[in-house]
Amino acid sequence: MTVDARARTDQPDGPATDLEEDAHRISVRRRSFLGYVLGGATLVAAADLGLVDAAAAAPTAPQPAELYDLNDMLTDSCRPTANLITVTVHDDGTASFALPRMEVGQGITTSSAMLIAEELELPVSKVKVTLAPARPELQFNQLTGGSNTTISTYTPIRVAAAVAKGALMDAAAIVLGDTVANLHARNGVVHAPDGSSVTYAELASKAASPTTRAVGVQLKDTSEFRVIGVGQGRVDALDAVTGRKEFTTDKQVKGALPTMVCRAPTLNGTPKRLTNKAEIARMPGVRDLAKVDTGIAVRADTFGQCIDAIRAMKVEWNDGPVAGESDEDIVHELKAAELALPAPPDNPLAETLEADFLFYFRSNSAMDTNSAIADVRADRATIWAGLKSPITAQQRIAEALGMTQDQVTVNVVTAGGSFGRRLFFDGALEAAKISQAMGKPVKLMWHRADDARVGRGHPMSTNRVRITHAGDEVLAFQQTHTSVETDYRHGLGEIISAMAADLPAGYGNLGYAETIFSLTQEVPYDFGVVSQTLTETDDRFNTGSMRNIYSPDVRCASELVVDQLAKKLKKDPYEFRRSHLRNDRVAAVLDKVAKVGDWGRSMPAGTAQGIAIHKEYKGASACLVEIDCRPATVDRDVPDATTGPRVTRVVFAIDAGLVINPRGMEAQMQGGINDGIALALTSSLHLRDGHFLEASWDNYFYTRQWNTPPEVKVILMPSDSGQPGGAGEAGVAASFAAVACAFARATGELPTYFPINHRDPLRFRPKPVVPPIPQSPTNGLKKTY
Amino acid sequence: MPTQTFVLNGKSITVDVHDDVRVLWVLRDLLGVTGPKYGCGINVCKACTSHINGKAFNPCSVRVGDLSSDDEVTTIEGLPDTVGRDLHPMQQAWLDRDVAQCGYCQPGQIMAAVALVRKTRREGRSITEADLDGIRNICRCGTYTRIREAIKQGEQHM
Repeated sequence: MTVDARARTDQPDGPATDLEEDAHRISVRRRSFLGYVLGGATLVAAADLGLVDAAAAAPTAPQPAELYDLNDMLTDSCRPTANLITVTVHDDGTASFALPRMEVGQGITTSSAMLIAEELELPVSKVKVTLAPARPELQFNQLTGGSNTTISTYTPIRVAAAVAKGALMDAAAIVLGDTVANLHARNGVVHAPDGSSVTYAELASKAASPTTRAVGVQLKDTSEFRVIGVGQGRVDALDAVTGRKEFTTDKQVKGALPTMVCRAPTLNGTPKRLTNKAEIARMPGVRDLAKVDTGIAVRADTFGQCIDAIRAMKVEWNDGPVAGESDEDIVHELKAAELALPAPPDNPLAETLEADFLFYFRSNSAMDTNSAIADVRADRATIWAGLKSPITAQQRIAEALGMTQDQVTVNVVTAGGSFGRRLFFDGALEAAKISQAMGKPVKLMWHRADDARVGRGHPMSTNRVRITHAGDEVLAFQQTHTSVETDYRHGLGEIISAMAADLPAGYGNLGYAETIFSLTQEVPYDFGVVSQTLTETDDRFNTGSMRNIYSPDVRCASELVVDQLAKKLKKDPYEFRRSHLRNDRVAAVLDKVAKVGDWGRSMPAGTAQGIAIHKEYKGASACLVEIDCRPATVDRDVPDATTGPRVTRVVFAIDAGLVINPRGMEAQMQGGINDGIALALTSSLHLRDGHFLEASWDNYFYTRQWNTPPEVKVILMPSDSGQPGGAGEAGVAASFAAVACAFARATGELPTYFPINHRDPLRFRPKPVVPPIPQSPTNGLKKTY
Repeated sequence: MPTQTFVLNGKSITVDVHDDVRVLWVLRDLLGVTGPKYGCGINVCKACTSHINGKAFNPCSVRVGDLSSDDEVTTIEGLPDTVGRDLHPMQQAWLDRDVAQCGYCQPGQIMAAVALVRKTRREGRSITEADLDGIRNICRCGTYTRIREAIKQGEQHM
């Protein structure tokens, strides 16, 4: 294989190839890439992003996020396998693409279809994007996380589409009897100057190549974009609103009957034995029972009959690892693990400002609970589930079943949300074990109560900040984050890095945690000597990344202390931030929300504005909120609801670099705002006597309509960056921090733990832990409206 | 096994199942009608919201034995037929505002929105901010802003 020298120009900010000498090309600077037309009867095209590029290696030591961040690491890890991702053009004139990522609502099937439509000159409606099954050869290139999908796939998808278009144009030149340079393609039709034309449908077979050949392509310049940057409705919207969108538990797989698990009364407890097995086996609809490591599984004709069976089970249990412990025990443990802040700079004029914050456990709580279909036979297994690390899932499931990896097929199904949850495969692994134990196909669904109590969530953490300043000059900003372990044992999506994360005594996972912390945290202010450290403790909980990992907590603490310093120095919070920001993109978004949000406007006592910034995911964001903390609002009565302070207005601005789909980006920010509000005000898990209390959506309190701001404005900033930034998690941190700052200003008190209602008397009566799940009510006909 | 008969999306259907199985499982597990989603099973999240005789109800909290043979159950799949079109105006509003993200709760949100418009019409008024605040359907993607916009638009065209 000859590698075109131009194939190496794949650096995000690398030198463009000057093509001005080429009279047949548009005289703009465009970047050239190498790709392949793959041999076969159908036109299949792929990109090559430099198999020998040194940039493919992740750095050995953490570097500051400003120079090399988590997205750089994730993107670089995908480069070596970019050529394995292909775009296919079919005889009906449509194109298809199996995206090796997971659609969980963030809109990547839509934005990926837009990238292909742009380069291929096809309408978006003619591009079909599906989710690829686990493909072990993709190694690191099948992990959905870090809001990295578009950042890492932006170029390879476009290159593959451009290669396909090039092959179509070559075929069209023969059919139309003209040269490629004279032709132009639009909406799936190639036109010649004499008025003749030919469709992609007619060209698809002709453009196929009997052998694989490498070709050079040039991508469109941003000034030529017609699809990218133009708001587009989601490609799956019609299916969603008609009920046709298919999630795991909607799938019909022959013999895969409803299956649920009876779980222990303490977190991660294990079953000894089911003492009334014969009685349960005789219950209506019940087909099979099996003991697995996580509990007693029941397979029945309906999920309702699974619920009945679980509630009737009498099970002896081994206690879980946190039996008897409560919130206060874990807080104590975190406090004991906190590292002392280093000595402040020695300056006789220096004063310090310190604050400690505590963030309670939270659940990522997707609507679609952990679920999976598994059909395990003696010699093979097939799995269907929503999975963001399907290769690791495939490898771990094979290991658990005593099979080789190639005996396990893992299909990736669209999921009803993730928020980090589906980086793990707890449901898929459990379903596989149950199917093997029963010898039957199963459709496993976790009960909501289990999903809240036993499902993964965000670990409890503390955050200490010390600012040292001499008058207005900040000399040092020191921050220590101490957290229950965040589980990264999914690795980078395949088993080698997953095993590295699973080294004994937690050291492997700690290495990941430290790396990810270092690659994501940044203080964009001129604050002198900056240090941020992470300490992790305690691996007994079911944790994982949750929409934005460390940043919401770290940013919330930072911004609250910035406000405290501004107050001490009698400065306006906006002006103080503005004068210390050292990044133009952050300054621009901050100015924008201050202006649009009418920062500083007069507001009644008990209400206030708050303002905060964040920088991550190749972008910059700022949020201005207004909050109402007056008693009439806080105590407003909504039945069975957590009310509390109401955020009444939000203005959010983001510079997300090159935005593929503005409508999708706006939607992700709107969602992130509601997450930020939940983290600040209402949503947490209470650990009490070895178990989390929350077992329902009216217990675990994500933002509801009566908490959501009636007025929300999202502003997408024009950006100088030619590269896309992340979307899925980018809205959370600044929103959380702004709500916290607004609350502090409205009440005159600095909140020291989050959410602010965590220590209030519980708003709900905890559901029992035996039986572990509640019965469905029967009074629904009395509650119609 | 008892026989249960009711009207589902305009057609009378009969299914063999015990009286106390909740309608949600009859729809999803036995009849393969999967538009109504499971989110909690205790009438809290409202992801399964459908209509009974034109009013919103949650099939997770109704025993199938409590349905009469002339009770008309409408799920998201049958909503367009109630207006004789390919899409109900509320579904169209959802598309126009590009509301859905993961989409899991959206069938329930739309069914709740249609019922809310009908309810306020019965009361001789239009939807207020307080009505919108009172909607209990959860959306964990946080699409509330666009849900509010879409309901106002859908109301105009119903």
